[in-house]
Amino acid sequence: AAPQGRLLCGPGLRRGGAGLLVTKCGLLRHRPAGGGAYWVDSQQKRYVPVKGDHVIGIVTAKAGDVFRLDVGGSEPASLSYLAFEGATKRNRPNVQVGDLVYGQFVVANKDMEPEMVCIDSSGKSSGMGIIGQDGFLFKVSLGLIRKLLAPKCEIIQELSQLYPFELVLGMNGRIWVKAKTVQQTLIIVNILEACEYMTAEQRKQALAKLSGN
Amino acid sequence: GDTSVLAGLYGPAEAKVSKELPDRAALEVLLRPKVGLPGVMERSREQLLRQTCEAVVLGVLHPRTAITLVLQVLSDAGSLLSCCLNAACMALLDAGLPLAALFCGVTCALQPDGTILLDPTARQEQEARATLTFAIASSERKVLMANTKGSCSVEEMQQCLAAAQRAADTIFQFYRDSVRRRYSK
Repeated sequence: AAPQGRLLCGPGLRRGGAGLLVTKCGLLRHRPAGGGAYWVDSQQKRYVPVKGDHVIGIVTAKAGDVFRLDVGGSEPASLSYLAFEGATKRNRPNVQVGDLVYGQFVVANKDMEPEMVCIDSSGKSSGMGIIGQDGFLFKVSLGLIRKLLAPKCEIIQELSQLYPFELVLGMNGRIWVKAKTVQQTLIIVNILEACEYMTAEQRKQALAKLSGN
Repeated sequence: GDTSVLAGLYGPAEAKVSKELPDRAALEVLLRPKVGLPGVMERSREQLLRQTCEAVVLGVLHPRTAITLVLQVLSDAGSLLSCCLNAACMALLDAGLPLAALFCGVTCALQPDGTILLDPTARQEQEARATLTFAIASSERKVLMANTKGSCSVEEMQQCLAAAQRAADTIFQFYRDSVRRRYSK
């Protein structure tokens, strides 16, 4: 019997004709909370901008009052210089070409150019903004990012017992890591990249070998 | 048999202004033969593949973008066009592009004595009276594309089509098994 109420149709499903059409291949997931939501969990490497997603972008050009950022989608996103915390017309943020910026999408649909901001709805930056110097940026698949962003992710907990490090995860598949030395940073990068294909036991073995060294 | 084709899909990416379409994605197919430069046969096959893929890919979800499909022939032992069709469909599945249906390619060879051979080798194709390739969609086994080399009567074509639709079931089951293996890891 179909439950009453609104059913949410997530990524991978479309309304077509009398029912739902599946448009992507993957595992069908269901969340009974709220009115119920169905979506298809698919593995992808290509990012498509979605409103509200937090992403890491690379500044490619400054065009007057607006920065162009490469977010890995089909178009460069735009970021206004006033969209930072505490920015006014006199007090401009210090952003150069090639900087990394962590922000969220405020406009992202298929017909318009995506727009990003580095403040949330109340005007606070809450962790967004220009990412500092040093560190290492690399790209992984979107499925791994979703796994890492899940609450109580084991990978991050195990890694934090190895060395202290700073980590920024972008929903567009980009990860920025910074540890105390270059060697530690590279070790963390290699483990995160390999996590995609390793099972939990292989990961624990690799980490045990490293912490024994 | 031994025919193998490597497929790579790139997209949706930024399209050149001259090539972008305002309401849908622009699909481009590049077919590279094993030896030599691409010739006229490759161009005609590319157009066939492009029209088949455009019928299933939901291009309206990604306007003003370009989707590029590159196919490299690794070895050719007959039934090349249907091998390219199957490789293209698996590449579309793997990349996560929104599709309205899956498709598969089946080749039938009509021998001089009237028997129908599925997935012929290169020698069987040469001896055959006619070679037909069909692209069959997964939704109600509809025909997306039909390509014929040689001559045959209408009844024979209908018989080949029925045999190809039955064979399509095996190929779709193969797709399902490969995807299941990938997601069970």
